[in-house]
Amino acid sequence: MFYREAGDFKTSYKDDNQTFPIKFDRYRYYAVLLFGFAVVPFLIDDYWVNAIFMPFLIYAIAAIGLNILVGYCGQVSLGTGGFMAVGAYAVYKLMTAFPDVNIFFHVIIAGAITAIVGLLFGLPSLRIKGFYLAVATLAAQFFLVWLFNRVPWFYNYSASGQISAPERTVFGVPVTGAETSAWATYLFCLVFVFLSAIVARNLTRGSVGRKWMAIRDMDIAAEIIGVNPLKAKLSAFAISSFFIGISGALFFAVYLGAVEVGEAFGINKSFLVLFMVIIGGLGSIFGSFAGAAFLVLLPVLLKNTLVGGLGWPTDLAAHLEFMIVGGLIITFLVAEPHGLAQLWRVAKQKLRLWPFPH
Amino acid sequence: MKLKLITAAAATLMAAAPAMAELVFPSLSYRTGPYAANGIPFADGYADYFTLLNERDGGIGGEPIRMVECETGYNTEKGVECYEATKGEGSLVYQPLSTGITYQLIPKVTADGIPMHSMGYGRTSAKNGEVFRNIFNYPANYWDGASHAVTHILNENDGDISDKTIALVYHNSAYGKEPIRTLEELSKKHGYDLTLLPVDHPGQEQKSQWLQIRREKPDYVVMWGWGVMNQVAIQEAVNIRYPMENFIGIWWSGSENDVKPAGAGAHGYKALTFHNFGTDYPLYDDLQEYVIDAGKAAGAGDQVGTVLYNRGMYAAMLAAEAAKTAQEIHGTSAITSEMMRDGMEALEMTEEKMAELGLPNFGPEFTVTCENHGGNGYGAVAQWDAEAGEWNMITDYFQSDQEVLAPLIEADSMAYAEENDIEPGCD
Repeated sequence: MFYREAGDFKTSYKDDNQTFPIKFDRYRYYAVLLFGFAVVPFLIDDYWVNAIFMPFLIYAIAAIGLNILVGYCGQVSLGTGGFMAVGAYAVYKLMTAFPDVNIFFHVIIAGAITAIVGLLFGLPSLRIKGFYLAVATLAAQFFLVWLFNRVPWFYNYSASGQISAPERTVFGVPVTGAETSAWATYLFCLVFVFLSAIVARNLTRGSVGRKWMAIRDMDIAAEIIGVNPLKAKLSAFAISSFFIGISGALFFAVYLGAVEVGEAFGINKSFLVLFMVIIGGLGSIFGSFAGAAFLVLLPVLLKNTLVGGLGWPTDLAAHLEFMIVGGLIITFLVAEPHGLAQLWRVAKQKLRLWPFPH
Repeated sequence: MKLKLITAAAATLMAAAPAMAELVFPSLSYRTGPYAANGIPFADGYADYFTLLNERDGGIGGEPIRMVECETGYNTEKGVECYEATKGEGSLVYQPLSTGITYQLIPKVTADGIPMHSMGYGRTSAKNGEVFRNIFNYPANYWDGASHAVTHILNENDGDISDKTIALVYHNSAYGKEPIRTLEELSKKHGYDLTLLPVDHPGQEQKSQWLQIRREKPDYVVMWGWGVMNQVAIQEAVNIRYPMENFIGIWWSGSENDVKPAGAGAHGYKALTFHNFGTDYPLYDDLQEYVIDAGKAAGAGDQVGTVLYNRGMYAAMLAAEAAKTAQEIHGTSAITSEMMRDGMEALEMTEEKMAELGLPNFGPEFTVTCENHGGNGYGAVAQWDAEAGEWNMITDYFQSDQEVLAPLIEADSMAYAEENDIEPGCD
């Protein structure tokens, strides 16, 4: 009824090819943006930012990054935690070495450094595929964590091997360190999420993204029609690592403030982000957000319901949480193997015809 | 949309208003995850002591205590979530029982004006209260522990260990790396050789480290382990027939959980401690009467009297005593977290005080001041008796080598102050 193309006339190819061709979708998107940028910062407190929004936003960037590699280019990677660690340690070294440069640029440079590291670890993808590639990226995960634990230069020779973020400001407002206010850190992360999502969306529907998808669907066929696998695969590794590096940098500098590489960026992190991508939906930007939301928000919601609402013992609640989240993952994937993004797509298709499906 | 629905649902749940006129003690515990076996007894002891105070005395100074438990799973992200969730309720003091979470929270609690007590863990240089105004780590810290171990070895060798070798088996994390600098400094002073053997989280795989120990035969092995790593290390030591009396663990590697799996082979294993063992104290009679028999014990109630249970109880007791001190200083029973900080800074534990509480000879005597947030650095060595199934103190409390430690603490805390633009001082 209200959700349809009819009556929404396009007069140029540009209009026809926009991300949200349906008027209702477009306005909804603007409304979400307006809400995120102009309403949420006034409403949130420390709890909302540190327990809900910040992990959601930062994991969403990581999921977008991994989705480019796994979802769009079809290269399975288990090295996400290691690449996030590269972003975190890069931003730490930059923050302490060049304290006068704005943290915003440090985060982007940290992403670029991660892209170079990702490129190096992407080289085996030219020879090996599928599960074998997963094992090669797993080596990256373990190697990088070991490296940051082993070489004291990375943690500036501190006694404990922990890195902690000193205070840095954007326009005079602290976004890292202890004295941050909730809205500032939230907006700082939101800007990165917004930019990452736009860049990723436009990359994936342009020629670069089409090449990735050609490689994903059948690499030999792609090569025959003129896609250079070297460029396509390595660009996917580099761009994916760029986003993952940014998320790692924000994860350390803005969200946690102090990390220890083995604990924060272990193999569990790689799996967590991979699950986000799979549950959210491979090859979908919306899916990255949905997956991150599912795995970040659901445990917090369950915990607050079971412990805060019902007053159950914390250990019982923690165990139940594992079972419920695990059960829901299985249920979702059985009901819709292509993830939450596909559910969303089906819902939109149905809505287009509603209320007269025939 | 989904996000909005979820957050809206969470908002209604989070809206439970904090009740006033209560003393809120958050307990960031871990009853799940790889370190649960150690987290559970500590959390139980911590909770039971506060339950006892509520049931027997009606709280502290007439104010009832409310303990808010939050499960961290020894995970720093969940630790942050727990901190943010509980700090708004008027929390008086945080005790996260995790060095990683402690590091995370040091800047946050300082900004929020809430004290944190990392008893025998956390950042050692927090002992310098001029820099770390809100962080306390009395009665002893890791560097004290390293020094205690070396002093004990010195005493066993009549003061000369220049021809000895010591191997440090440590958890490869912030926690395990803490003693390295101290042990290196002490090796310069006493002339022993130090071998470092890191073990990665969670520590189930230690074959290569113990193979190296078997090959190199260090005279002493010192261990900084936690959770399953302890059990595996002790079992491995038994397997290679390493003499147990030369194997010394830090206080976090010295509970029943760690030695029991190795059975009789673990007999003679030593661990450091800063409090006493067992249930042979008058306080336990009250605990039995008011908490356990009343069916109010935390958890399954099967941990009473274990080493870590006693340590959790000791932590709660020190927190309660600090709260009492704060009430005296400020002349009000409804204290805030800032007042609690003052109370912790003026805390004085004497033998009379402990005897009065029903815990005679339980812990070392110490005094906290603004300059010294870490107590006097007294600790003791305990030994496991596998036949009797109990830990016994084999030394009196002795002081760590302050001559070596003080400059290290000064240097590390001043480096932190410089990095974070802190003006050290007591105002």
